[in-house]
Amino acid sequence: MTRDEITAGLAEILEEVAGVNPDDVAEGKSFTDDLDVDSLSMVEVVVAAEEKFGVKIPDNEVQNLKTVGDAVSYIEAQS
Amino acid sequence: MNRTDVVVTGLGATTPLGGDVASTWDAMLAGRSGASALTQEWAEQLPVRIAAQLAVDPAGLLDRVKLRRLDRSEAIALIAAHQAWADAGLADSGLDPERLGVSVGSGIGGAVTLLAQDDILEASGPRRVSPHTVPMLMPNGPAAWVGLELGAQAGVHSVASACATGAEAIALGLDMIRAGRADVVLAGGTEAVIHPLPIAGFASMRAMSTRNDEPERASRPWDKGRDGFVLGEGAGILVLERAEHAAARGARVYARLAGAGITSDGYDIVQPHPEGAGAIRAISKAIADAEVAKLDIVHVNAHATSTPVGDMAEITALRTALGDHPVLTATKSMSGHLLGAAGALESIATILAIRDGVVPPTINLDDPDDGLTLDVAANKARHMDIPAALNNSFGFGGHNVALVFTRA
Repeated sequence: MTRDEITAGLAEILEEVAGVNPDDVAEGKSFTDDLDVDSLSMVEVVVAAEEKFGVKIPDNEVQNLKTVGDAVSYIEAQS
Repeated sequence: MNRTDVVVTGLGATTPLGGDVASTWDAMLAGRSGASALTQEWAEQLPVRIAAQLAVDPAGLLDRVKLRRLDRSEAIALIAAHQAWADAGLADSGLDPERLGVSVGSGIGGAVTLLAQDDILEASGPRRVSPHTVPMLMPNGPAAWVGLELGAQAGVHSVASACATGAEAIALGLDMIRAGRADVVLAGGTEAVIHPLPIAGFASMRAMSTRNDEPERASRPWDKGRDGFVLGEGAGILVLERAEHAAARGARVYARLAGAGITSDGYDIVQPHPEGAGAIRAISKAIADAEVAKLDIVHVNAHATSTPVGDMAEITALRTALGDHPVLTATKSMSGHLLGAAGALESIATILAIRDGVVPPTINLDDPDDGLTLDVAANKARHMDIPAALNNSFGFGGHNVALVFTRA
């Protein structure tokens, strides 16, 4: 899966869970500061991403995933 | 003593009869039933396969992402609260948030969320349980959401007294304003538990009608053929306001909330006291609190749920506490029993009866019980002058609440 494909998959999840406009989702965007994803929604995003990409994202990794790009890199490395 | 007057300046509701107050009231005056067959697959195995479901589903009215975070009882409380808020003209009134309170309860709370998340827990494990589960199922959820969205900072309260909840929440709102803790209180109830578990539970108590082939005829208070209540869902919210505050901003006033009476039976967890002692005391206290005479109460919106025992116990209580002059109605014949929202919806019906000079009908009263010795607006609305009226609500646990509304 390419980085763009992972970003697009995350955009779908973010729209479903937190109502984020997919056009706003890009690797440089911060989940909390740019996309307004609160901590409870982030939990939903992580669980949905695990399911969608077939990866495990432990809680102690989630705090390192500040931006969409961080999440894409983590998922890319795991899958 | 110069006591604080409290008036009603806004109404909001979403019910089995309509998506707002106007459509609900029109349906009541026309004598329409909100009950229908439950066509969901889960209903097939149940002894009760009828209910009064919302006329307008909340799904189309709220943002999709927000709905993910709301139990249905919370979603409809918000819809009713926003209606009431707009109706009262409070949106741009400059009301101090520290003078705005909320008193909104639910009889059962977020049970549907609890059960749905338990299904997820069993099927997929704890990690799949939604992080929104707790705020969705907590009993103060509806009140908290209403307070959050309208910015209420004078205190947010959630009464729970089963089927008396809506009325008790209104009585608490009255207390808040009289005690000087708020100028405006959004008060009422919400309920949304049309789900196989609550239905099975009530059905096991033999409390529900099993007239499955005739849903619209199943809720029939005081009729000889009554065999239990019909479960309904919905929310009703009143804007209660200190009368001087309402007058100062030129608000339209529906009615005065003149008094409230609250008692507890101390008798049985589900059976009402056989002589209605607690109900009689509640009605008498409400009348005394309202400083009106028994004869002034010309109309009663009764609790009457269509159960064999409860309907007649209330007649006995009303005769003792009021006399034989009031004209009764049981709007649950049309709306079904909204449990924790019932007292709020029926307060709205009582207020509109005063405003419009009309008692909404009790439908399906074809063959009145021999014990029905009071006058009922049977099967069609009755026009009459109503300067003051009473609304009764009783709940499992032995809760009795009576509210007196008068023309402003």
